Amino acid sequence: MSQALAEQDQYLSDFERFEERGAAPAWVQSIRREAISRFAALGFPSTKDEEWKYTNVAPILRIPFKPAAAESNGLTTVEALERTISISLPPERLVFIDGRYSKELSSRRRLPERVRVSSLAAALANDLEALQPHLARYADFKTHAFVALNTAFLEDGAFVYIPRGAIIEEPIFMLFISMGGGKAEVSYPRNLIVADRDSQVTLVEAYVGLENGVYFTNGVTEIVAGENAFVDHYKLVREGEAGFHVATQQAHLERNSNFRSHLITLGGSLVRNDVNAVLAGEGVECTLNGLFLAAAQQHVDSHTRIDHVKPHGMSRELYKGILDGKARGVFSGKIYVHKSAPKTDAKQTNKNLLLSKDASIDTKPQLEIYNNDVKCTHGSTIGQLSQDALFYLRARGIGLEEARGLLTYAFASEIIRGIKVASIREQLDQLVITRLGDKFRGKERLL
Amino acid sequence: MLEIRNLHTSVSGREILRGIDLNVRAGEIHAIMGPNGSGKSTLAHVLSGRESYEVTAGEVIYEGKNLLQMTPEERARDGIFLAFQYPVEIPGLSTTYFLKAALNAIRKHRGLEELDAMDFLVLVKEKMKVVEMEQELLNRSINEGFSGGEKKRNEIFQMAVLDPKLAILDETDSGLDIDALRIVANGVNTLQSAARAMIVITHYQRLLNYIVPDHVHVLYEGRIVKSGAKELAEELEAKGYDWIKEEVEAARGAGA
Repeated sequence: MSQALAEQDQYLSDFERFEERGAAPAWVQSIRREAISRFAALGFPSTKDEEWKYTNVAPILRIPFKPAAAESNGLTTVEALERTISISLPPERLVFIDGRYSKELSSRRRLPERVRVSSLAAALANDLEALQPHLARYADFKTHAFVALNTAFLEDGAFVYIPRGAIIEEPIFMLFISMGGGKAEVSYPRNLIVADRDSQVTLVEAYVGLENGVYFTNGVTEIVAGENAFVDHYKLVREGEAGFHVATQQAHLERNSNFRSHLITLGGSLVRNDVNAVLAGEGVECTLNGLFLAAAQQHVDSHTRIDHVKPHGMSRELYKGILDGKARGVFSGKIYVHKSAPKTDAKQTNKNLLLSKDASIDTKPQLEIYNNDVKCTHGSTIGQLSQDALFYLRARGIGLEEARGLLTYAFASEIIRGIKVASIREQLDQLVITRLGDKFRGKERLL
Repeated sequence: MLEIRNLHTSVSGREILRGIDLNVRAGEIHAIMGPNGSGKSTLAHVLSGRESYEVTAGEVIYEGKNLLQMTPEERARDGIFLAFQYPVEIPGLSTTYFLKAALNAIRKHRGLEELDAMDFLVLVKEKMKVVEMEQELLNRSINEGFSGGEKKRNEIFQMAVLDPKLAILDETDSGLDIDALRIVANGVNTLQSAARAMIVITHYQRLLNYIVPDHVHVLYEGRIVKSGAKELAEELEAKGYDWIKEEVEAARGAGA
């Protein structure tokens, strides 16, 4: 306990130095101070905490992370960056290096009038009017220590505002690069996405580690879908081998809005994602899909919560996990149907594939229903590759390892096929194949 | 091509095949008939390499090689094809994708160039005609949501694409209506050639109205108890299996 306190103290003293230099509007400063005092009161969670029962954050606390310093990096051109990360970057993009906006690597096109796509730092400097009603209003820094910590240090990240009725066809890409050069730094990406009523937007958030050094990404993304808005959101986590990633994604969904979320986790040593959605208006449709691949000693925890607050809400949730080596996975999915939400239609499915006997998964679906007039189902499975299917493939001439690879890919592809935007689907498909190829080496030809 | 000598196998300690002897030459069609539980499907699976069957005695020589020492994929690459009694459904993997992987594994083994997507498509379009297969089915996940007839047609379609030397059809006729049976049987007949041998395992004589065997064998309690020409199948259809059982019992009585 005293050890955990000492680690907490270090973040508190970091905050003092941060506050001295961090210029921001008064209302932001006040939020930061409130958040740091909540963090001081909460402390880091332990496995005694029900929400952290299966994820021990001690490995993160053991390392004295320092706030990432702004300095030059080797990434000079977009082409070099694309090659390094094997992701092609669309023209509309915000790129961040170790949590800080990179003007050189970012690119902007002409977007319809009043659409804002900028760094949060720039938005804060101008104190844009869309900020104050939304920033830090949704992600819960009162009870979640990591959200509190991120909120205390909120300074930069992506800010996207889509005004009423605007339809943005091309995806907006937000790329968060961690250099991972071994300096043990922490970054606090903070994103705010506001899609006003009747608007439509597709967003991709990607977290990519470059080197194998240790670092910590502590992120928060708040998403607001206004009345009748359509928001299609993708998050890719491909942190480095020794990268830690703890993040919360909080969606606030208003009447008749439609929110689709995909979380694809391919890399990181310890990854914890909280994906929360509040169906705050009537007739909201919400889809939360997720896929993770974990091998070696990786630990991947996907924690979702859907709050049905108003009538006629529909939620569909499908999370799949593939674990190999000594990887550990956690899925916790809470669906909370409030008394005020009759005619709710909620379905949750969690499927896991264990490729080795040393891999393990803890899965915890939870339905809490306070209204009788609802339709809610959940199901969860943990299995191995089917021996019948393996034999079927081998009996056609496909080698054992290749057959295992094909069946594993087949398991993952249900999520990939659910991605509506072709350009995103194809890229994620390739990344999943490459990740599987690491495991099924030499079989890339087929996968 | 295939020589089975005194083959004994067991599953979880229970003996299923109790000394099978069978010779199959290129160009021949052998029908293996028998009542339920006589060991027909076990024989099919042992020949294709299913690991859950333990061979306790005997040997199988395929083209001069010890078949029982080969993995399922090695057997397939060397030209053995099993049309499954119960084809497996594999969500998320399309038939075309899977079949291209299989074909190229076989071609590579035979020292042939691997087919690219275009050449493969041309081949597929040609072979689809064999069993009146629709393109749409091929783009879907393997056998997922297929009817019984579609699954069996898919097996014969795969056989057409992979071009095996020895095809083992395990109750390919069971569960088919007469139209589907005719399509499947026509497909099989189209694929008949002097270089290819077939072992047709069936419970019913019906299939043999369409696929005419050179030899018919009756399997009972893990042994081939009677062999004959195609007329034997007709006799079985007319009289059922009971007389075979009685003959076996009588022989056993006489022996004791």
